Formats: sequence, structure tokens, C-alpha cells
Amino acid sequence: MKKTIAFITFCFAFTFYTAGQSQSSLPELTIKTLQGRDVSTATLENQGKPFVVSFWATWCRPCLKELNAIDDIYHEWQDYGFKLIAVSTDDARTRANVLPMVMGRSWDYEFYLDENGDFRRAMGVNNVPHTFILNGKGEIVYQHTSFSDGMEWDMFDKLIELLEDNE
Amino acid sequence: MNKAVRKLFAIAFAFAFFLTSPPTLKSQELLPGGRIWGNFQLEAQYYFSDSLIGAPEVPEKILMNGFGNLNFSYQGFTVGMRYESYQNPLLGYDPRYQGSGIPYRFASFSQENLEVTLGNFYEQFGSGMVFRTYEERDLGVDNAMDGLKLVYRPVDGVSMRGIIGRQRLFFDTGPGIVRGFDAQVDLNSVVPSLVESQNQWSFGGSAVSKFQRDQNPLYNLPENVAAFSGRLNFSRGAVSISSEYAHKINDPSAENNFIYKDGHALLLNASYAVSGAGLLLSAKRIDNMGFRSDRNATGNDLNINYLPPTTRQHLYSLSGMYPYATQPTGEIGFMGELNFSLPRETPLGGPFGTSVTINYSLANSLHKERVHDTIPVGQRGTKGYRSDFFRLGDEKFFEDINIEINRRFSRTLRALFSYAYITYNQNVIEGYVDKEMVYAHILIADVTHRLPQRRSIRWELQHLSTRQDNQNWAMAMLEYSIAPRWFFAVSNQYNYGNDDRDLRIHYYTLSGGYSRGGNRISLSYGKQREGIICVGGVCRQVPASNGFTLNVSSSF
Repeated sequence: MKKTIAFITFCFAFTFYTAGQSQSSLPELTIKTLQGRDVSTATLENQGKPFVVSFWATWCRPCLKELNAIDDIYHEWQDYGFKLIAVSTDDARTRANVLPMVMGRSWDYEFYLDENGDFRRAMGVNNVPHTFILNGKGEIVYQHTSFSDGMEWDMFDKLIELLEDNE
Repeated sequence: MNKAVRKLFAIAFAFAFFLTSPPTLKSQELLPGGRIWGNFQLEAQYYFSDSLIGAPEVPEKILMNGFGNLNFSYQGFTVGMRYESYQNPLLGYDPRYQGSGIPYRFASFSQENLEVTLGNFYEQFGSGMVFRTYEERDLGVDNAMDGLKLVYRPVDGVSMRGIIGRQRLFFDTGPGIVRGFDAQVDLNSVVPSLVESQNQWSFGGSAVSKFQRDQNPLYNLPENVAAFSGRLNFSRGAVSISSEYAHKINDPSAENNFIYKDGHALLLNASYAVSGAGLLLSAKRIDNMGFRSDRNATGNDLNINYLPPTTRQHLYSLSGMYPYATQPTGEIGFMGELNFSLPRETPLGGPFGTSVTINYSLANSLHKERVHDTIPVGQRGTKGYRSDFFRLGDEKFFEDINIEINRRFSRTLRALFSYAYITYNQNVIEGYVDKEMVYAHILIADVTHRLPQRRSIRWELQHLSTRQDNQNWAMAMLEYSIAPRWFFAVSNQYNYGNDDRDLRIHYYTLSGGYSRGGNRISLSYGKQREGIICVGGVCRQVPASNGFTLNVSSSF
């Protein structure tokens, strides 16, 4: 048992040391559109421009605040060609709520369902909201867990930075 | 986990680490496309005993739950594991979690159209009414399979899944073996003439069976129990309809008091959604549909299936005080929810727009009749009862009507107002015998003021009034946040209406947190009533306690 613990400690220390050194792309898994069609996460992109992938759920209050806050300034994001991909982690209980809710709120994001949590697990997401910013090449360059008001502007600043780096 | 398996995983990990990124070498050169990721979470509490609120003396003083996931993938190959440690489990978690170990580890690969998983996995067939394994660590639920999973996608739009294994039970596995098969067809992808059709059709079916030896001296129990389900989904433009029906062969168990009755479940969802408005209607009927890989299991242990409640999940502490839980032995439920937005720059919508949600839900008992004049309903060792499919029983389990208005008044002010009227059957939902039905009115205001430099102040006022249970409650909360990193909050829940003056308790809490990138740390001090808490951007389920709580969470 002691050996196992030592081994694990080593693995974790090692991982923390190496984490963040290289930029990785999205893992390849199957998620669903709101109409229930399979989509590969490898196809998520934004025509060479930076974009945001945000994990959320209809029952998560900070997630709704985040999506509301971004919605308030989304036309400015869109002026730059930025996009938000919102991946719902709702399970069988609330999955059917997702489509009526997002349409009812007139949110203009790209929505997917990750009902079995495969994508969430493959991204190392503990709690929602958890947001990833990807550059135009589809590499993850930044992540953040939780939401407080004003963070939508931080994301916007980061997206602009990435756009400038690109150019 | 036996030694050979442990060794195998240790070797696989060592191999993965060796290849990926020794700090002196560039990982890209050795193994381009290799990826390491995972996460870590720790929650520790220092407890003070507080008999008034029901927080017991904790001999250890400090309790802690922690886990870390570590995964590695290279091309189509993935290995991963989760180390968990409960020293000892936090109050409110099952004491059988005590200890440390690696209850979750897997290796998987995908090639062409085939995916193979060895070890632990989570999977769901359809809406989960015959099979769903999942983890909900805040609730202490993890019924992961330990076995094999195959997923095969012969052509676009068709997927087939096969699973076999045993389910996780704390640091062990349950006694029953679970086997299952599922197929899903997206008709519009498969039939060439339908590719362009506006009518979108998909259907699927599952068969799941469990095996557990019968060692009962009194009854002749079925050792193999099968469950089947079929589902059909349709959508056209704004309309979507999904349906699933499940049937289970008789399965006497501790949960259903060992009756020999087949189980049934039906779930229907219909929605209409256009930009600016969305309507959802759900109906559900569940009859003796508990399905576990150990017939003697109770609580949250070893559930093979998942029966979703069709009620709204409330997001505030007082509206979440009386939450509903599905009754697997039998219920009929309905829900309707309307979401709509009032456009910007209109008299009703205001300058920045307003969104409104109106929701109604009901959960009711089934109508149950005796199978024979001399046999009471639900008598152990009999067929239990007969029930008319469309007839409601005479006992209400839960009813909820609520409205929520979310309005942005100006660039710096946003507010949410909500009202709910909840009827809650404590006897059925919490397992009491002689408690009254609770009728509760809940009012909530949640207001956010934006300040310069990405700072904000948010306050909540909540009130719950009821003549039953603990009577009236009031709650106030104030939160100051500096985006994106800091938050500080203070809150108080006051049970001012309690008949017993000694129980008019203030549940005050002070908390603060810091997050950066994928890391988050928070510390709080105060008294916690049992329930769901959301502060500083994350929601969790917490038990009654008094003391300090430390949370650390990291994703990499």
C-alpha cells in the first residue's frame, strides 16, 4: 500500500510539474447536438479564430449567470468573430430542459450535450462552470473554474490577445 | 484490486510517464500528440459539536475527503485512474468510504469504428431507466462498472454498446454481475432518402440483465433478472418529442419488500422551442422499477438504473429546502416549463431585456389494488398489487408552482425575483410515518451591482413561510467579488418562526475564495444547515455542520 501511495504521489508531483508546459488540443470524443445527433469533439472549431468552450448545466446558478453575462456583450465578441461553445452536462433529469431554456433565453451560442460526462471527464472538469479558451489552432491556452461578474470581459481580453498573437 | 491488475496499471503508467515529458526533454519530440490530464479535489472540515443544529461531536475533529484523477492518452489509447482518500469521510458521507485506494482505473483504445474499455467505466443507455452508471461525488454516489465495454459504430448514425461487469460499492464491488446491450439508430443518417428530410427520427433499444445467487431460505428468488427498454425520438423544426418505455421482469428486493411483480417505466418529453420562447412538457410513470445489482441493497447503493425526477431543481438555499426525490416503487409525475424572453427596448422588456421562467410539476402515487381479497397491497412474497396504468393514486408526493423573472435594469444592475409554492410529503420523501404535509411559500430576490474595475456586489434576500416542519425562515447574503480571482461572502439563515424558541437558530457563514486558472481554493466558517449551497460560483451539497471548511480543487 505504501508503495502505491508513493507512486501516486510521484505521479501527481510529476504531473503538476509538467502540466501547462505544452498546449493540447481537445480530446476526441462523441457528444450530441440538442437534436440528439452524434458529433465528434474533434470537429469543434471557429474557422481559425479563438473560441471558448464552457461546461455548464441548467441547474447551476453561476453557469446561468455566466451565460447571461456573456450574452450581454456577445455581439461585441461576434464582431471579432469569437464564438462560445456551451457544453451542457445535464443528465436525464434535466436534459430535455436544455433546448427550451436556451431558446427561451435567446442565447446565440453553439450548444451540445455531454450527458454521460465523457467530454467533461476527458477535460478534467471537477465542477461547473468550467471554461476553456482555445486559440485559432484549437489549442487550449487558458482555463478557469467558477464565475464572478466581470469575468466575461477577462475572457474577451484574452480572446483579443490571442487574435493579435495570431496576426 | 488484485495484485496482477495493480502491477499492470503501474507498468502502464510508468511507461506513459516515461514516454511523455521528462522535464529535460521536450515531450513533442518523444511522443507527439500524447496528453496527460486530470484533476484533484480536497475538502476538509474542522468540526465543533453543536447539538442544537444536530452537528455531533466528531472524535477526529478533522475529517477529509479527497481524490485525484490522472489520465494519459496517446493516439487512440487511454489509461486513467482515480485515487481516493477518506480520512475519515466527512459527515454526511457513508462511513463505508473510510480508507484510501484506487477504486477507479481503466485502459481503453479505439480503432476504426470500435472502442474497447477494460476496467472501470461510466455508461448510460437511453435516458438511463434500465442502465446508468455515474459519479456524483458531492452526493457520495459512484456506481461505476468494473468490467468490459465495447462500442461499435458500423456506419454513421448507428451505434451499438455492450457492457459486462460488477458495480462499485465503496472500495469493493457488489455481488451481482450486470450484462447489457444497447443499439441506437439515427434514421436520417442511415436512410439516404431521409438525409434532407425535415422530419428527424431516431430510435433505440436496450436489454440489461443481472445475475445474483439466491441464498434466501424462505423464498425462491430469480437469480437472473432482465430489463428491456425501447425509445423513439422525433423532431421537426421547433418541435421535439422523445419517449422511452422500460419493462423489468419481477425482481423481489429489499426496496420493493420482496414482491414478485414486474416493473414498468414510461417517460415522455415534448418541447416546442423558437427564438425567444421554449415550452417543455414531461410526463412520467414509474411502477416498481428499482433495479440494483444486489437485491438487498438500499439507499444509493448499487443502482443499475436511474429514474429521473420530473420536477424543477431549485437553485437557492430556501427554495431548495424541500427537494423531491424519485420514488422507484411507484409514482406518476408531470411537469410543464415555459421559458420566454421579453425583448430589449420594449415597455415590458426594459432597455436590456427580461427573461421569465414559469414552471409547474406534480408527483403523485400510483393507484394500487389488492391482487387478492385476503392479501394486503405490497405483501411480501406475493405479486404485490395491481395498478391501473392511467389512474392516479390518492396520495400527493410533491407539487411545485414557481415563477422566476430575470431582468437587467441597467449596465450595472441585474436582478432576479422568484416565487415558489411547494407541497412536500415528508413521510414519503424522507421516510417518516407521522409528519404533516409541508406547504411552503418562498420568495427570493438576487441582485447584482457591478462596480468599476470588474468588481461586483451581490446580495440575496430569501423568505420561506410555512406552518409545518420548522416554520418560517429568512435568509440574507452579501457577496463581494473581484473578477476573476477573489470572492468574499457573508450569509445568515434564520429559522425565526420556529415554535421552539431555543431552535430559532442563526446559521451564519463567512467565506472567501481564490481561483486562478484551473485552481480554486476556498475557506469558510460557520454553521451549515443540510442542503445545497452555492457561493462564489460553485454549487455543492452539504450536510449539517458547524466549523471550518477548506476546499481545494485543481484541474490540469
